[in-house]
Amino acid sequence: MTTMQRLLQLPVNAVNMVKTVQSQVQGQEEDKSPVLTPDNAPQNWYSALQPDELRHLRSGGTGGGGGGSGSGGGSGGDQEERGPLEEGGGGGSFQTQPLRHDDLKEMLDSNKDSLKLEAMKRIVAMIARGKNASDLFPAVVKNVACKNIEVKKLVYVYLVRYAEEQQDLALLSISTFQRGLKDPNQLIRASALRVLSSIRVTIIVPIMMLAIKEAASDMSPYVRKTAAHAIPKLYSLDPEQKDQLIEVIEKLLADKTTLVAGSVVMAFEEVCPERIDLIHKNYRKLCNLLIDVEEWGQVVIINMLTRYARTQFLNPNINESLLEEGADKTFYGSDEDEDEDEEEKEKKAEATAMAKRKPYVMDPDHRLLLRNTKPLLQSRNAAVVMAVAQLYFHLAPKAEVGVIAKALVRLLRSHSEVQYVVLQNVATMTIKRRGMFEPYLKSFYIRSTDPTQIKVLKLEVLTNLANETNISTILREFQTYIKSMDKDFVAATIQAIGRCATNIGEVRDTCLNGLVQLLSNRDELVVAESVVVIKKLLQMQPEKHSDIIKHMAKLIDNIQVPMARASILWLIGEYCEHVPKIAPDVLRKMAKSFTNEEDIVKLQIINLAAKLYLTNSKQTKLLTQYVLNLAKYDQNYDIRDRARFIRQLIVPTEKSGALSKYAKKLFLALKPAPVLESPFKDRDHFQLGSLSHLLNAKAGGYQELPDWPEAAPDPSVRNVEVPEWTKCSSREKRKEKKVEKPFYSDSEGESGPTESADSESDSASRSESASPSEESRSASESEESEEGSESEEEEEEEQEKDKKKKKKELSKPVQESESEQSSEEEERKHERKSKPRVQTKSDSESESDEEEEESESESSQSESEESESETEVRKKKKAAESKPPLKPVKKENKKESKKEMSLLDLDDFNPAPSPQVTPVNTFLSNSLVTDLEGLSLSDSVLAPATIAPSSALKNYELLHRITGEGLSVEYCFSRQPFSPDANMVAVQMQFTNSATSEAKNLHMEDVKLQSGMRVKEFPEIELLPAGETATAVMGIDFCDSTQAANFQLCTHTRKFFVSIQPPVGELMRPIFLTENEFKKEQGQLMGMNEITEKLTLDVKCRNEHAIVQRVTTAANLSRVPCGSDKECSPPVPPPKHPVHRFAGRTVTSGSLVLVTVATKEEGGAQLTVNCEKMVIGTMLVKDILLALTQ
Amino acid sequence: MIHSLFLINHSGDIFLEKHWKSVISRSVCDYFFEAKEKAVEPENVPPVLQTPHHYLISIYRGKLFFLSVIQTEVPPLFVIEFLHRVADTIQDYFGECSEGVIKDNVVTVYELLEEMLDNGFPLATESNVLKEMIRPPTILRSVVNTLTGGSNVGDTLPTGQLSNVPWRRAGVKYTNNEAYFDVIEEIDAILDKSGTTVFAEIQGVIEACVRLTGMPDLTLSFMNPRLLDDVSFHPCVRFKRWEAERVLSFIPPDGNFTLMNYHVSSQNLVAIPVYVKQSISFFETGPCGRLDITIGPKQTMGKTVENMMVTIHMPKAVLSANLTATQGNYTYDIATKVLVWDIGKLNPQKLPNLRGSLSIQAGTPKPEENPSLNIDLKIQQVAISGLKVSRLDMYGEKYKPFKGVKYLTKAGKFQVRT
Repeated sequence: MTTMQRLLQLPVNAVNMVKTVQSQVQGQEEDKSPVLTPDNAPQNWYSALQPDELRHLRSGGTGGGGGGSGSGGGSGGDQEERGPLEEGGGGGSFQTQPLRHDDLKEMLDSNKDSLKLEAMKRIVAMIARGKNASDLFPAVVKNVACKNIEVKKLVYVYLVRYAEEQQDLALLSISTFQRGLKDPNQLIRASALRVLSSIRVTIIVPIMMLAIKEAASDMSPYVRKTAAHAIPKLYSLDPEQKDQLIEVIEKLLADKTTLVAGSVVMAFEEVCPERIDLIHKNYRKLCNLLIDVEEWGQVVIINMLTRYARTQFLNPNINESLLEEGADKTFYGSDEDEDEDEEEKEKKAEATAMAKRKPYVMDPDHRLLLRNTKPLLQSRNAAVVMAVAQLYFHLAPKAEVGVIAKALVRLLRSHSEVQYVVLQNVATMTIKRRGMFEPYLKSFYIRSTDPTQIKVLKLEVLTNLANETNISTILREFQTYIKSMDKDFVAATIQAIGRCATNIGEVRDTCLNGLVQLLSNRDELVVAESVVVIKKLLQMQPEKHSDIIKHMAKLIDNIQVPMARASILWLIGEYCEHVPKIAPDVLRKMAKSFTNEEDIVKLQIINLAAKLYLTNSKQTKLLTQYVLNLAKYDQNYDIRDRARFIRQLIVPTEKSGALSKYAKKLFLALKPAPVLESPFKDRDHFQLGSLSHLLNAKAGGYQELPDWPEAAPDPSVRNVEVPEWTKCSSREKRKEKKVEKPFYSDSEGESGPTESADSESDSASRSESASPSEESRSASESEESEEGSESEEEEEEEQEKDKKKKKKELSKPVQESESEQSSEEEERKHERKSKPRVQTKSDSESESDEEEEESESESSQSESEESESETEVRKKKKAAESKPPLKPVKKENKKESKKEMSLLDLDDFNPAPSPQVTPVNTFLSNSLVTDLEGLSLSDSVLAPATIAPSSALKNYELLHRITGEGLSVEYCFSRQPFSPDANMVAVQMQFTNSATSEAKNLHMEDVKLQSGMRVKEFPEIELLPAGETATAVMGIDFCDSTQAANFQLCTHTRKFFVSIQPPVGELMRPIFLTENEFKKEQGQLMGMNEITEKLTLDVKCRNEHAIVQRVTTAANLSRVPCGSDKECSPPVPPPKHPVHRFAGRTVTSGSLVLVTVATKEEGGAQLTVNCEKMVIGTMLVKDILLALTQ
Repeated sequence: MIHSLFLINHSGDIFLEKHWKSVISRSVCDYFFEAKEKAVEPENVPPVLQTPHHYLISIYRGKLFFLSVIQTEVPPLFVIEFLHRVADTIQDYFGECSEGVIKDNVVTVYELLEEMLDNGFPLATESNVLKEMIRPPTILRSVVNTLTGGSNVGDTLPTGQLSNVPWRRAGVKYTNNEAYFDVIEEIDAILDKSGTTVFAEIQGVIEACVRLTGMPDLTLSFMNPRLLDDVSFHPCVRFKRWEAERVLSFIPPDGNFTLMNYHVSSQNLVAIPVYVKQSISFFETGPCGRLDITIGPKQTMGKTVENMMVTIHMPKAVLSANLTATQGNYTYDIATKVLVWDIGKLNPQKLPNLRGSLSIQAGTPKPEENPSLNIDLKIQQVAISGLKVSRLDMYGEKYKPFKGVKYLTKAGKFQVRT
C-alpha cells in the first residue's frame, strides 16, 4: 500500500468506526453495514471534498450538537476497545493496533496541519484513557516546532506526559522551548516555561533553573506567576537546588501583584515552609492583597499566615482564658477530665502570672490579619471560608471567633463532600467553643436522606452541643432518629444518647429508661448497642439499678451480638452482689454454651466465673472449675492464657504466690466509670481544615501549628523600607495598577493600620519620594496629640489656654480654632480606639515606640474623659461661656457664614460663596444653649425657641485616610439652614490631607441619586496642601428619605466612590410651637400618623435635661416650652411626671414632626411621634427609642 | 497538591485519567473500589481515604466519581472544591456532566484539565478565562470547523489572565444587550408527625445570565435587603459596597454565573406553602399496612403550587403498594423501595389524596421504622421570603440593556417525618 492509498483509505475506516459508534447508540440494525448506508444522503455532497476533510465532517457530525471536533478524538479512542468486537462485522479493513500507530505516524509526518491535528487528538485521547502511546514519541516530538498553535498545544500535552520515559528524545524539544522563552508574546513565554518545567528530565535542571530565574524578573506578571509554579517542579526534580530556589522565592515574594502572590506562597510552602523569616517583610502586603488574590491562592496564603501568626504574635486569649474559662469549667465541669483540669489550672496559673506581668495588647499586625480575612467568609469557595474559619479559630480572641459559625453553617448546604469535611471541623470546634454553634443547633438536625457519614457527624455535633438547656430538644430529636432505617446511624444515636447521659446528670435517668425500653426493640443491633451503652451508664450508679441488671440478665438468652453479650456478662460479674440469685444461674447457662461463644464473650465468661468464685464460691466452685477447664483447651491462646492466669490467682494452691491473697482486691476493685468522650477531643492540635486533622494522623508534609510564643518576637521585622517596594519594576505594571485601582478601591478600604501596598506605591509614585511622607505624617500626628494634650489642659486652666491659643494662631494661621481641634481630637481618639495604634507603620523602631506611648496615654485620656464626661460637659460649658468674647477676634481670620447660630454670631462680615460652618460655633453654641436650657427649665418664660441640639455633632467618616491615600474626609450634619436651597440638608465636610503631596482640585462628580433627590455640590477646593485641613459645605435634598447620596469624590489624580446616608433625625429642622399649637397640630395627626411606643428610660437619662439632650441629639428638633400657656398663672410646682414635647418640620416637604416624651414612674416613659410621613415617623421612633434607652 | 485525577463511572471503570506530576498507576484506585464496595450506596463512600502511600479524595457528581490522588498535606476542602469546579466547568462547556459527554469530548476535557491545574495547583478556573483558551463546542462552530478544518482550540492567545478584571473576558460584544437575574429560593424544612415545623429555613441563590457589551458596571439593589442574613458572593461583587449600602455592585463575568447565595434570617418565620396529612401504619397481624396522604395548600402567596411530588423511601419489608391517587400517578420501585407520587399542579378545591394498602413480605416482622416523606414543589413568580429586586443600574457603558428578573420558589430538603 502506498502512502497515498493508505491515506485515502483511512477516511473510510474512520467513517466506519464513527458509524459503528453511532450505530451502537442508535440501534443494532445498522451495525453490520461496513460502509455508509445508502440512505445517508449527504454522502454525494461530501464526495466532492477531500477525503480527509470528509472524515472531519463525519466525525464532527456524529458528535451531535455538543460534540464538536473533540468527538473525533473520542471515537478514535473508542476504536481500540471496540476493535475486537467489531472484527466480524467491521469488514477486513479494520486495523490492528500496531498498524494504527503506523497510521498515526504517517499522519504526523504529513505536511497538512489538519491531519497532524487529527492524529494528535487521537493520541491525546489515548493518553486520557490511560493507553500507552509512548512508541509514537519520535513522530510526535518532531512536531514540537509546528506552526499551528492547536497542534503545538497537543504536542506539549504529549511531551509532558512521556518526556520522563524518553529522556533522550525529549531533549530534542528543549531548544524550541528555549526559543519560546525569549518570545515577545508573554503567553508564549509563559507556556514555554510551563512545559519546560513540566518535563521531568534531570539533565535539563540547569536550563530550568536559568529559565526560572529569568522568568522571575519578567515584565509580565503572568510569566512571573508561571515561574512561581515552576519552582516546586524543579525542587521535586532536584532538591539540591533548594538554596537557589529560595532566592527566587524571596524575590517573587516581594512581588506585589495579586496574580503572583498565591502561586509564590504555594511555592514557599512546598520548598521552604520553615523559612518563616522570608515572610516578615511581605506580611503586611500579603494581608492587604489577600482579598484580590484568586480563590485558590487565598487558601494557601491564609493557611500559611495562620502558621506565621502563631510564631509572631501573642495568644490573644491569655487573659480571657482566666476569666471566662473558669466560669465555663464549673458549668460544664462534668465533661472535662480531672487531670486535664489540673493541667489547665497550671496553665492558668502560668497565664495569670503572665497577665500580671504585662497586659495583653494585640499587635496591630495581628489585628490586620484578622480584619482583612474576615470578608472572605463571604466567599463562594468553601475552601476559602474554611481557611478563614480555621484562622479565626486558631488566632482570634475568643469573643471574635463567633463570626465564623454562620459561614460554616452555610457550607452545610453545599455538596455532601463539603459537608463531610466541614462537619468534621465543626465537631472539633464544638468541643472547644460550644457556645459558638449553639444558636445553629437546628441546622444540624438530621434528614433521612443524608448519607450515613454525614448523619453520624451531625450526631456528633449535636451531642457536643448538648447542655442542660437544650438537652430535652436534642433528646426528642434523637428519639426520632432511633426509628430510622439506617441501622449504623441508629447505633450511633444510641451511643450519642449515652454520651449525653454521662455528660448531663439531670437527664441520666431519663436516658437510661429510654435505653432500657430499647432493649425490647426487635432489631438486634439496636438492642446490642443499647446494652453496651447501658453498661457504661450503670457503672456510674449501679446500686440504684439492680432491676435493670436483672432485666439484662434475662436478655442474654436472646441477644446474639457478641459485644452485647460480653457487656451483660461483665455487668453481672461486676455487680453480682446486687443480683446474688441470678448470677450463678447465668454462669450455668454460659458454661453450657461456652464452646460456641465468640472470643470476647468467652473472656467475659471466665471473668464472671472468677468473680463469682470469689464472692460465692459455695455455689459456683464447680462451675468455675468447669469453665476454666474448657478454656484451658480453647483454640485461642488469649483465652488459654487468661484461664491459666485466673486459675492461679483465685484457686489457692501451695504453689500460688502472694498474689492470690489479693485476688479479691484485684477483681472486685471499684472501677471508675468510663468517660464517654467525643472522638474529636484533642483533635485541635492539628490545624483545622487540614488533611491531617481530618484523618487524625499526621499527613506527609504537614506543618505543625506552632504554639504561641511566650513573648512576642520583635514586631519591627515586619516594617518595610518604603522605597523598596514603591519602585515599580516596570512601567507596564504601574499602568496596570492604575487601571485596577478604581476597581478595587472599595475592597482596599479595610487596609487599616498599615498602608496597603498599592496605595503606598501610588502615593509614592505621585510624590518624589515616599519616606518624607512617613515622617511628615508621624510628625503631624505627634502635633495632633500635642494639641490634644493642650486642649485638655486648656479645659482645666482657662487662663493659660488663651495664651496658647494665641500662640497657635500665630504659628498656624490656617488652622481652625482650638476647641474645634479638641473635638476633632476626640474623634480621632475614638477612631484610634477602634483601630488600635494606627501609627505603628512608622519606619524606625524608636518612632514606633514613641508612638506606642502616645497612643497609650491617649487612650487613657480618652477613657478618663469618658468616665468623667459629665463633669467635663460642665467644664466645657464654662469654657464656652468664657469663650464668646474671644470669638469675634478669631473669626476675623476665618471664613464663616452668616447663617450661624444666632446666639453667638456677632455679625460676620466675611461674605462666603456658600455657607461654611466650622464645628466650633455649633460646639460652643451647643454647650451654651444647653446651659441656657438648663436655666430655662425652671423658668419657662425664657425658653428659647431655637434650641439647638445640645451635644457635639456626630461625625461620620466619608473617606478613610488609608483608602483615600492620605486624604481623609469626614462629614457631619451641621443642622444649619442651607442658604442656596432651603429644602436641602447642609452637610459639612472636613478634608484632611495627611499625605505628603498636596491634593488639588477636590470636587465631586458623577452624583448618583434616587429619583427626586438633588445635590448642591460644594465649591471645588483647588488646593489642599499636605497636612492641612479644609472644610466645605454641600447641600443634599434627600427628599425626606434615608436613601444614600452616592457620588465620586475626585482629586486631581484619583476618584473615590463615597456615599452619604442621613440618619432620619437629620431630615428635619426645628420649628417653634407653643404647647397649645403643638396640641392642636397633634390632634390633627392622629390614627395612622401617630406612633406610640412604651419604653424604660436609661438610668442616666431620667432627668429632664438628659431627656431633652438625647432627643435633640437624635433628631434636629426644638423643644416646645412647657407650661408657656400658663404664663400668667401663679407658678406651679413642676409636675411630678413632666411631658416633653419637641417639634420640627421635614426639610423637603415641610411635614410636621411632633415628638412627645411622657415620663412615668420608675423610669417608664411613653414616646409618641406624630408625623404625616409614616416612614419617617417609624424610623424616628426607633432612633429616639434607642437614644433614650441606651 | 493534586497529583492525579481519575474519572470513574458507576460500574467502576476508569474512563479518563490525568496526571499533573509523574504517572501514578491505576492500581491506586483499588483502595477506592474497596471502600465503594463496602459503602453499598455511592453517596456513602467516604470522600477522603487513606492508603499506604497516597490519600484519595473523591466526589460523586452526575453518577461519576472524580477521584484525585494526593501525596502530601493539603486542605481537603481545597481539593473537593476544585473537583466540583471541574465538574461545573464540564457542565458549563457541554451542557451536562456525564460519562457519555466526557467520552465524546475527551480531548477537550483533557485540555481543560491541563489548563485548570499546573503541577497540581489551580491555574485558571474562571469559566470566562478558560473559554478564551479552549472554545466550548457549539453546533455552529463544529460545522464551521469541519468546513474550514479548524478546531476548538483558539487561534488567538488568551488575554483573560491579563485583563484587570480576572473573571471577565475582554472585548465582549453583543447586538442585544441583556441581563437576566433569577432569584431562586429553596425551602428547607423538617415537619414532624403532627405537621408542626421542627426546622425551616430559606436558602436563596441569584443566578445571572449577563450578555452585555464592553465593561459594564452593574448595581443591583433590593427593596428589602434586611431579609438577607448570610450571604456569599461571586468574587466579582464588591464586598465593601454590600457592607455599607446593601447593594450588589459588580462587573459581571460574561454569560451565566451565580451572583450570590443567601440565607434568609431565621427571625423571619418561614412560610410553609403546603400542609401534609399523612398516616402510614403497619399492622401487627397480617402482612399489610395502610397509607393515606393528603396534601393541601397553606401559604402560597396567591400562586399555584406546581410540580408537586412526594417521594417515600419505604422500609425494606414492603413488597408492593396497592394505592389509588385522586390526582397524578404513583410508581413504586420494588428494587429500591421508593414510592413516588407525581401530583403536578395543586388544586386547592380538590385536594389530592393517595391511599391504599401496602403489602409486606410474609414472615418478616412489622417494620418499626417510619419512612419520611420528601416533598418537591415549585411556585413560579414568587420568592417565598418576600425578597424583591428593586432596581438594576448600569454604569460605564452607554447603551440601554434589556433587564429581567424572575422569581422562583422550590422545595429544597423538605421532609415530613412520620
